[in-house]
Amino acid sequence: MNIFFLLAPFSVALGLAALGAFWWTLRSGQYDDPAGDASRILIDDPEDRPA
Amino acid sequence: MALTYDLAPGADFSAFLRKTPKGETSLELLVKGARCAGCLAKIEKAVAQLPGVDTARLNLTTGKLTVTYRGEGDPAAVVRTLDGLGYPATPYDPGQAALAHDAEGRRLTLALAVAGFGAMNAMMFSVPVWAGLFGQELGVGARTMMMWASAAVGAPCAIYAGRPFFESAWRSLKRGRANMDVPISIGVILTLVISFVETVLRGRDAYFDAAVSLLFLLLIGRWLDHQLRAKAKSAAADLLAMQAPVAAVVGPDGLERRTPLSEVAVGDVLIVRPGERAPVDGEVVDGISTLDNALLTGETRPVEIRPGGVMQAGALNLTAAIRVRALARSEDSAVAAIARLVEAGTQSKSLYVRLADKAAAIYVPVVHTLAAVTFAGGWALGLGPREALLRAVAVLIITCPCALGLAVPAVQITASGRLFRKGVLVKSGAALERLAEVDHVVLDKTGVLTEGRPKLIDAPAHLVAMAAPLARASAHPLAKALAAEAGPGPMAEGVVEQAGQGVEGLIDGRRARLGRAAYVGAPDGSASETELWFGFEGDTKIRFRFSDQLRADAAETVAGLKQRGLTVEILSGDLRGPVAKAAEDAGIDSWRSGLTPQEKAQAIEALAAQGRKVLMVGDGLNDAAALAKAHAAMAPGSALEASQNAADLVFSGEGLGAIVEAVDVARSARGRALENFGFSALYNIVAAPAAMAGLVNPLIAALAMSGSSLVVTLNALRLARAGRS
Repeated sequence: MNIFFLLAPFSVALGLAALGAFWWTLRSGQYDDPAGDASRILIDDPEDRPA
Repeated sequence: MALTYDLAPGADFSAFLRKTPKGETSLELLVKGARCAGCLAKIEKAVAQLPGVDTARLNLTTGKLTVTYRGEGDPAAVVRTLDGLGYPATPYDPGQAALAHDAEGRRLTLALAVAGFGAMNAMMFSVPVWAGLFGQELGVGARTMMMWASAAVGAPCAIYAGRPFFESAWRSLKRGRANMDVPISIGVILTLVISFVETVLRGRDAYFDAAVSLLFLLLIGRWLDHQLRAKAKSAAADLLAMQAPVAAVVGPDGLERRTPLSEVAVGDVLIVRPGERAPVDGEVVDGISTLDNALLTGETRPVEIRPGGVMQAGALNLTAAIRVRALARSEDSAVAAIARLVEAGTQSKSLYVRLADKAAAIYVPVVHTLAAVTFAGGWALGLGPREALLRAVAVLIITCPCALGLAVPAVQITASGRLFRKGVLVKSGAALERLAEVDHVVLDKTGVLTEGRPKLIDAPAHLVAMAAPLARASAHPLAKALAAEAGPGPMAEGVVEQAGQGVEGLIDGRRARLGRAAYVGAPDGSASETELWFGFEGDTKIRFRFSDQLRADAAETVAGLKQRGLTVEILSGDLRGPVAKAAEDAGIDSWRSGLTPQEKAQAIEALAAQGRKVLMVGDGLNDAAALAKAHAAMAPGSALEASQNAADLVFSGEGLGAIVEAVDVARSARGRALENFGFSALYNIVAAPAAMAGLVNPLIAALAMSGSSLVVTLNALRLARAGRS
């Protein structure tokens, strides 16, 4: 039974961490321009290429 | 009711520049046509290379480009650069309202996330309890511990995620009405309290997970509804933000400065150039020009104005630059008077009771009576107060309007998504509900039934080609229409434009004039404003006639509306002749002409008094009050700010087919919503007696709620599929 008192809070903490991560993505504007973010990764910027 | 002419080129955009807190200057532009990674890279690179530009970032989702400058900026250069790349762009002023709205959206999203977290984690502790329901070994101590764990996670989440509902329910109760959020709040709060009591008493039935998952499902509906309104609001705000509220005021030193509209004082002298609208009511002090009052009165005929004449706010200056002395401040001008009419109409519209609230009005007393009867009846039949109360709560939980809360938003977001793809912007879910009830359609003529632009009619091509070089040199709208008909070609030399009369110039060395009959020297003195004369010096004079053409699908649209059992009528501010002609061509029997904005609004009120549900379609300032008064209202994307504000739906594109499409979608959305209500009722008829009989335990409650919500959502999605096939 002792394992319950270790794992149950741990799993809730994991859930809270996920909630916190979502809150961070929301606050930092990561849902403001999904189309733009999807496209930006396709732009070939010559400066970014490995030498 | 607007004849739209192209606005003046080379406009001054400096009013759109804003100072950021960091001391930089920033500019927001709406860019059209950027869709791919290539566009994005091209635009950002080109703009970033302009002198003074610090950063340029394009939001591909909203099509907005944010440019920041080191020091002073030149917005016109950005617009020119983007035009050169093939992306038409307009600066706009984002304002503060958009930001405040976004905060509301974030709050809902966060509440949804918390509810999702709470539902999953509270359920983790509920599963062992449920397993215990089927006879597996779970001692009272372990079960109570699980229930406490479930409470520790579920209750705070339920209280946080329930706030939007509690607040709305409280606001509604203060006004003495009960909306959908009242039973939801009562249900959730009562469930939490009873579950705590059960946990303390080491009982069996705790519904913490049910309370949170109920809120989670309801928040999905709430969030969808919010997205719908936010999307429509931002699209509408974009259209309006482009109309810069600035005026060109001439200072005492004779220099001109761009002044925000709100700072224009009575007595200020303003310059109004051709293609600009009068910002305030004013008296002309210098210059002769023609005005287009179509937006104000509905009359399509341009009116000549001279020093001493009064130019009303909103009138479009057509031919020459004039100086005007302001007679009223912006908020006292004619346009503001119409805006106040619109406000009055909008208030009458807010009395409309939405479908979901109508359902709630029946549902709330029934469910609450049922719960009370369960408690009283159970106790009377010897159940004991605790068991009776548990059953009453089970009734409240199982019948909690999960499906009802999703039934309408899910349908409306699918319906408006379908209309959005067809170029129709739906401003709110209530608008769709009202549109579905419409039985009478009132159309405006100019700009709605017709294209709202003068078009050359029955002119032989060789005559058009002869007059074209002179027409190309003129800024007059009729001359522009003539030039458009002729296509590109040479321009006349030594052109002199006589304001309000016409143009004179040399074509192949011969002196020619284009303009009014008297100016050109034609014998006919009818001086109609929808015709233009042309002639070489001492030669025969040729007449060009123009008319505002009916939209290509006007007759088809009217027939389509009639086929759907709607009656169609024209209310126009234009003269009798053109209205009668348009009515005949479009196949409309009933029409009225020469109406003032007030008369239009009164006509709508009279129809409403007869019990008709009127759909008004209009675009001018003179329609705005009528649009606000009508049961449902639509405006084309070319319409003015006030009209778009007053309308429930805004449609873009050349055709009127959108009206028929919108009515169809609104009607089938209403059908789906009613189906969903029917399903919810059926579900409740089965579930409520089961709960009263004590057959419901927390597991069954959780399954039934998610199951019914799923069915309702899937039924709503059928609407989107119907649109694609």
